[in-house]
Amino acid sequence: MANKQLALVIDLNVCVGCHACVTSCKEWNSSGWAGPLPDQSPYGADPKGVFFNRVQTFECGTFPNTETVHFPKSCLHCEEPPCVPVCPTGASYKRAEDGIVLVDYDKCIGCKYCSWSCPYGAREFDEVQGVMKKCTLCVDRIYDTSLPEDRRKPACVLACPPGARIFGDIKDPDSDASKAIRDNAGFQLMPEWGTQPANHYLPRRKTNIRLHEDELVRADNPLKLEAELPKPVFSSPTVDEMSSW
Amino acid sequence: MRPAFSVLFLTTLIGAGQGLLIALVTGQWYFVIGAGTAHETGRFYAIGTAVAVALLGLGLVASVFHLANPQRGWRAAARWRTSWLSREVVVLPLVMGLAFLYGVTHWFGWNPVLYTFGNQKSLDLTMAVGFLAGGAAGLLFVCTGMIYACVRFIREWASFWTVINYTLMGLSSGFVLAAAYTGTARSPLFDLLAGLALTLTALALGGKLYHLWLNTRLKAKSTMKSAIGVHHEQIRQLTQGFLGASFNTTEFTAPGGKDSARGANLMGLLAGFALPLLLVSIAWGSAEAPLLWLAAAIQYVGLLAERWAFFAGGNHVQNMYYQRMA
Repeated sequence: MANKQLALVIDLNVCVGCHACVTSCKEWNSSGWAGPLPDQSPYGADPKGVFFNRVQTFECGTFPNTETVHFPKSCLHCEEPPCVPVCPTGASYKRAEDGIVLVDYDKCIGCKYCSWSCPYGAREFDEVQGVMKKCTLCVDRIYDTSLPEDRRKPACVLACPPGARIFGDIKDPDSDASKAIRDNAGFQLMPEWGTQPANHYLPRRKTNIRLHEDELVRADNPLKLEAELPKPVFSSPTVDEMSSW
Repeated sequence: MRPAFSVLFLTTLIGAGQGLLIALVTGQWYFVIGAGTAHETGRFYAIGTAVAVALLGLGLVASVFHLANPQRGWRAAARWRTSWLSREVVVLPLVMGLAFLYGVTHWFGWNPVLYTFGNQKSLDLTMAVGFLAGGAAGLLFVCTGMIYACVRFIREWASFWTVINYTLMGLSSGFVLAAAYTGTARSPLFDLLAGLALTLTALALGGKLYHLWLNTRLKAKSTMKSAIGVHHEQIRQLTQGFLGASFNTTEFTAPGGKDSARGANLMGLLAGFALPLLLVSIAWGSAEAPLLWLAAAIQYVGLLAERWAFFAGGNHVQNMYYQRMA
């Protein structure tokens, strides 16, 4: 197992479903190493196209007690990727150095067998080039030393307005990604298949403070310090009168 | 799943080719062990094998149409250690090569005795090549079946019965073809091969019905809960995220949906199994060749329908993410 595994951590509590990650992904990758991401009749009645990233929306619960969950989905860069061993040519592979799952377009014969072996529907076929395509974790950006260091991140991460996407090495316990998973109960999709997805999701969560009434009025405060002390009756003797200095 | 015609033709054609090859080897072996007194000519085996090789070759041609980049299809042999698809790519030419050798040795009568057993039976070159070719054809059935059976995410396919049924249906169609061939050639092998054709077709029908029944009792392994990781009992998709089509909405659904699968299934069961059973049993006594060729033709169309239904009936786990446009 690799000692480095780059991945995305997606915070479902933050995602607002704006699709900025979808469009920035399409834009970057259309002009980058993985491109193009062709569309068929993009302005026609029945458009079809390749995307590496989709934002889906789900409704949980029964009306009126429902909750809307926006759910970005891209390749999860599994640590046990089921799409890799089934590839007959070895075009589909997982990089040993950083755990990114990639497709070698020069070896891919376009048999689509890898897409059958992905439970997440993360792979999309490029009908023009005749090869299978998928999220590359912007492998052409994240190691580009001509970019300023804080820009060496996947396009989707840079685009996300509320910052719902965290990029990092989940094998490094001190990375932002690892901390986010650890601190916020990060989880994997469909763990039942044993694919060990590297990408994690952070759950919807609400922060509530439970206040009891007796905490507000300080029933247990014998000195009543929050209120003014009771004033003595006007006719009562003063300290001077009572003492004999 | 979307049925791809290239794959439908590939699996049905090579299945029939492998079955025919195994039928011819079985016939030769039947004589070699002394079960029959008659003999067949080398020419008989060679012509039969030529038909089998032609079917395998047509299947190979059909498979090329499945590839978007066939010019680098040779690369598909690379990962035979891990991929059943790659194993099929290796074994299919192997079967064709051995079958070709089997036909050639028969045609030219190259038949030296390789080994004589203690009971005075001997192993000839043609029989030895026949065993190798038949064994490789059997292996190819396993490879083809496992390509589908090892896709865990399509529960309808991920079964040991997928492999059994691919084998039985291939053998059935091959033996029906062999029965038609021996009926035409007035071969003494006709009774044996027609009988085996009936047995194998009946077994294939049984296996197919059993697998269909198993598939009505499948339990989904994944739920919407595990798909998006939200712990709600009621989760429904509001949008898959786009209004158009994508690879995920076309590759993993069948045109016509569930109804097309049901119709194709019925047609497959009738034309692929029931009618051939009927026609071959009628022709068994009389060895009426046209009836047998009709049975083989009807069965081929039936098995195409069966294969369509097999694909259309496969429901991929990823479809949970693609339920509604908006």
